[in-house]
Amino acid sequence: MKFENVIIGNSSAAIGCVEAIREIDSDADILMVSADRQAYSRALIPYYLRGKIELEGLLYRRQEFFERLNVETKFGIRVERIDTNKKEITLENGEIVGYEKLLIATGGKPFIPKIEGLNARDFFTFQTLEDVLRIKEAVEKAESAVILGAGIIGLMLAEALVEKGLEVKVVELADRVLAPVLDKKTSEIVQRKFAEKGVEILLNNTILEVRRNEKKILRLKDGREIETDLLAIAVGVVPNAELAKNAGIKVNRGIVVNKRMETSVKDVYAAGDCVEIFDSIAKTSRPIPLWITAYMGGRIAGFNMSGIPRDLSFVTAMNSMHFFDYYIITAGLSNSEDGEVISRLEGENYRRFVLRDGKIVGFIIAGKVGRAGIFTRLMEEELEVSGFKDKLLNDNFGYVDIPEAIRWNLLKEKVKFGVVRDAWI
Amino acid sequence: MRIVVKPEVCMGCQICEIWCLVAHSMSKDILNAFLLEKPRAKPRIVVERNPSEYLILQCRNCEEPKCMFACISGAIYKDNGVLKYNEEKCVSCLSCVMACPYGAVKFEDGKIVRCDLCNLDPVCVKVCPNKALEVVS
Ligand SMILES: Cc1cc2nc3c(=O)[nH]c(=O)nc-3n(C[C@H](O)[C@H](O)[C@H](O)COP(=O)(O)OP(=O)(O)OC[C@H]3O[C@@H](n4cnc5c(N)ncnc54)[C@H](O)[C@@H]3O)c2cc1C
Repeated sequence: MKFENVIIGNSSAAIGCVEAIREIDSDADILMVSADRQAYSRALIPYYLRGKIELEGLLYRRQEFFERLNVETKFGIRVERIDTNKKEITLENGEIVGYEKLLIATGGKPFIPKIEGLNARDFFTFQTLEDVLRIKEAVEKAESAVILGAGIIGLMLAEALVEKGLEVKVVELADRVLAPVLDKKTSEIVQRKFAEKGVEILLNNTILEVRRNEKKILRLKDGREIETDLLAIAVGVVPNAELAKNAGIKVNRGIVVNKRMETSVKDVYAAGDCVEIFDSIAKTSRPIPLWITAYMGGRIAGFNMSGIPRDLSFVTAMNSMHFFDYYIITAGLSNSEDGEVISRLEGENYRRFVLRDGKIVGFIIAGKVGRAGIFTRLMEEELEVSGFKDKLLNDNFGYVDIPEAIRWNLLKEKVKFGVVRDAWI
Repeated sequence: MRIVVKPEVCMGCQICEIWCLVAHSMSKDILNAFLLEKPRAKPRIVVERNPSEYLILQCRNCEEPKCMFACISGAIYKDNGVLKYNEEKCVSCLSCVMACPYGAVKFEDGKIVRCDLCNLDPVCVKVCPNKALEVVS
């Protein structure tokens, strides 16, 4: 069996890739192999746990989608090995499939720090459908929970668990929550939101040891011991790059790719949480484990796999998050102190911009976040904003606040490549 | 298809905004929509203003829609070339707001507010007295 395009994974990057291939070529044959039984969105599991959506709502694209796009699927099957010389992959059931072009979109996995006495049975992670189903079941019998890690995923889990009536503590090594993306002011607002709901956040702290009786007993860095029914670890995501590494494909922190999403081996592409990619703003290669990065990376890979050379021109970290209906959008070097920082705090409404050479290299918009995409745009265009920088801090900043000469240039129609035309639902 | 604006003939009368609101109200009646319906419907077309200027920012039904690429739930999709939004699937994560370069996706009163092209017959285009809005395919 041989296919022109083989895609490993069926999540964001993988879907971005098939959708792009089908825009170019309605005939090319495509096989998608994934360990997941269905194409669902990992980013939705917090909403499922909170009861905002049903299980079916997790499906990012329905099964019919693959039929309509004429994509062959092997779901619920792992890929064991890639042989880049023979251009073949081996599945866990022993099946061997040849490819002309291969996309590796194996995503990320939770990083688990070494903790004395910690067994796999002791803790949950919050990454997959299986994880959320296990947590949902465990919550029924639990009264208390401790979450290690006050990043976005850890805090989303904390919010869901406190809503379910658990007594929740979050243990975080940094001196504030969401330290990699927020500045002090915004971290403090978020901390206050959690405190108001009775979530205890233990900063500058970590778990050193786990022991157990009926409950788990956690010994913390500050010497304290706390008991809990449920323990979750959410300290970060790392690229799931073993498959690539074992195949001799170059891997640093993640699979190394260029702007076309090509790996070090010919005809093998990679995208999504499994790669490290050049951050246009931070000017360094690193994993950027976010939905849009995965989708866009997969999409660009799809074009290149179909023989249409295209670069992923702009990539940086971009987060949209909310806790107890407090919304925050960040992008780029959002919390950097290096550069000219302008900000305005009014109640819980906050705007902060980092400028270098008169250009936006990062921002945080919190509270009223409407239309934040305009700033992402100004950042991508590397537009000189010094002339109107004070206006950036107004709640209703818009294109009308940009000097006319530049404005029309930004708003004129751009001829772009690629037509998104299928019914995708 | 998409809506394009000719700024040189737009005089900022806001008629497009008013009728967009009415078209997205329950009653579709201007007086009811403005005076009785609570919450009041939201216009989808964005009219920016400052003391001396105004500017229409419409959804461009982009060929490469960043809102759709950013959507974590599959609520935004294309159907026969037209961007569609399935409110039931949406979890209000605001990734689309973060991604739309024109700020044409709004978030008001806890809801995403975005252009639906009025079933391919956009009311804003029909009511504009100056033909400042136009449909192109
Ligand atoms: C709780 C949570 C909330 C999140 N919220 C947001 C958010 O609000 N915004 C945002 O931008 N991002 C969010 N993210 C991150 C986002 O979900 C990821 O960036 C995105 O899912 C990455 O997609 P991906 O295609 O790289 O792979 P993943 O989604 O990680 O999926 C990996 C795929 O590879 C398959 N696979 C792996 N190994 C094999 C193998 N050996 N053989 C076959 N198949 C294999 C898996 O079955 C799966 O289909 C969130 C993540 C989580 C966990």
